[in-house]
Amino acid sequence: MIAVIDYGVGNLFSLCRSLEAIGQEPVVTGDPALLRQADKLILPGVGAFQDAADKLRATGLDQVIKEEVAKGKPIMGICLGMQLLFEESHEFGVWEGLGLIPGKVVTMEGVIPAHYKVPHIGWNGLHYPNGVRHPLLRTVEEGECVYFVHTFYAVDCAGAVIATTEYGAELTAAVARGNVMGCQFHPEKSGPVGLGILRIFCEGTWAAQ
Amino acid sequence: MITKRIIPCLDVRDGRVVKGVNFEGLNDVNSPVELADYYSRCGADELVFYDITASAEGRALFTEILRETASRVFIPLTVGGGINTVDDFDRVLKCGADKVSVNSGAIRNPNLIREAALRYGSQCVVLSADVKRVDGQFRVFARGGRDDTGMEAIGWIRRCVDLGAGEIVVNSIDTDGVKGGFDLEMLRAVCDVVKVPVIASGGAGSKEHFTQLFRELPGVDAGLAASIFHFGEVAIPDLKVDLRANGILVR
Repeated sequence: MIAVIDYGVGNLFSLCRSLEAIGQEPVVTGDPALLRQADKLILPGVGAFQDAADKLRATGLDQVIKEEVAKGKPIMGICLGMQLLFEESHEFGVWEGLGLIPGKVVTMEGVIPAHYKVPHIGWNGLHYPNGVRHPLLRTVEEGECVYFVHTFYAVDCAGAVIATTEYGAELTAAVARGNVMGCQFHPEKSGPVGLGILRIFCEGTWAAQ
Repeated sequence: MITKRIIPCLDVRDGRVVKGVNFEGLNDVNSPVELADYYSRCGADELVFYDITASAEGRALFTEILRETASRVFIPLTVGGGINTVDDFDRVLKCGADKVSVNSGAIRNPNLIREAALRYGSQCVVLSADVKRVDGQFRVFARGGRDDTGMEAIGWIRRCVDLGAGEIVVNSIDTDGVKGGFDLEMLRAVCDVVKVPVIASGGAGSKEHFTQLFRELPGVDAGLAASIFHFGEVAIPDLKVDLRANGILVR
């Protein structure tokens, strides 16, 4: 069973429909017991980091997630959900994340050229560091496009970066560290390419190699 | 690098896709769900659903169609038409919309943009502006292009961005339905003053018009059209081949 973690942030309609489209029966829940029963966790999220991190802590779900991940349960964070996997975010202050992947989240403003539009919205290509493709992305060709909507991105996480995208600077697009994975883009809005990534995560075949 | 987006627009009334020329003379084209699925499969980068229904029954039907589409089509969906309150945002976002576009509702109450941006984030709030030249000035029109608001358009657009609009659709009433190309002069005036994504609408009649748009105005992020796609005059896969051959980055 795939559990989509419900902590009162964001719209889960599209994510759930996309999981159903690849044959899963996702359960949207904030119930610790169900999250512990689940085979895999998906951490969604849109909005502000501080608000989301506070809600995870207020509900105690941060501890549930950390314990389950420590036992080896796979988790995928999407967009803000990916950013929450890191140690901290510098989004209008400094806020503590789940700390499942070393690194931090910072704004792209000041990093990308001044004439580039922020947020980074639209379809952009994925690139593989040193040409190495992680099995989670094995169906995605170098340069294939996925859909991004974000202003902040992860840095100081070099060892975990499995894909980047180019937007006047090289931005972290996907990360993986053992059973912890994350996409800065929205796989549920990235057409067949995105559904392919979700399928590999849900079916667990990212660990096959 | 980020790619230029091609966006088919589906005007929906009573559960069917319609498209008028210069906002008049609507005629049935196709089922919105089928058309959305078709566009998604042939490479559309995003879809705009515009609800031109007047009745409550029609609105309920629209919401149902949106939900059905969002269950089958996994690319970004923008919804507009009849968005007057934050509750209207809520209604369509719950049915699978990713962005919501406001037009007349924002003209009546500009604060709607700020309220919605605070609640859902700017990336979710699209300002759609129907603009027409009057006495040598770009003017904002309301109610589907019927009413001259008397407001100067560039100032209005800039104000909406300050209020929190995260994206602007510029629909030129002057070029809409004429198929003579996008309104480059009007779009340039908008690109000069805003830093959020700009979507060009009104006037596309051929593939070349899209090449011209992106070549002459690198600040434009997307091209939107309806009838040329619905009637098969321009096929999106061909359009993308053409754009790529002309050095324009597309997905």
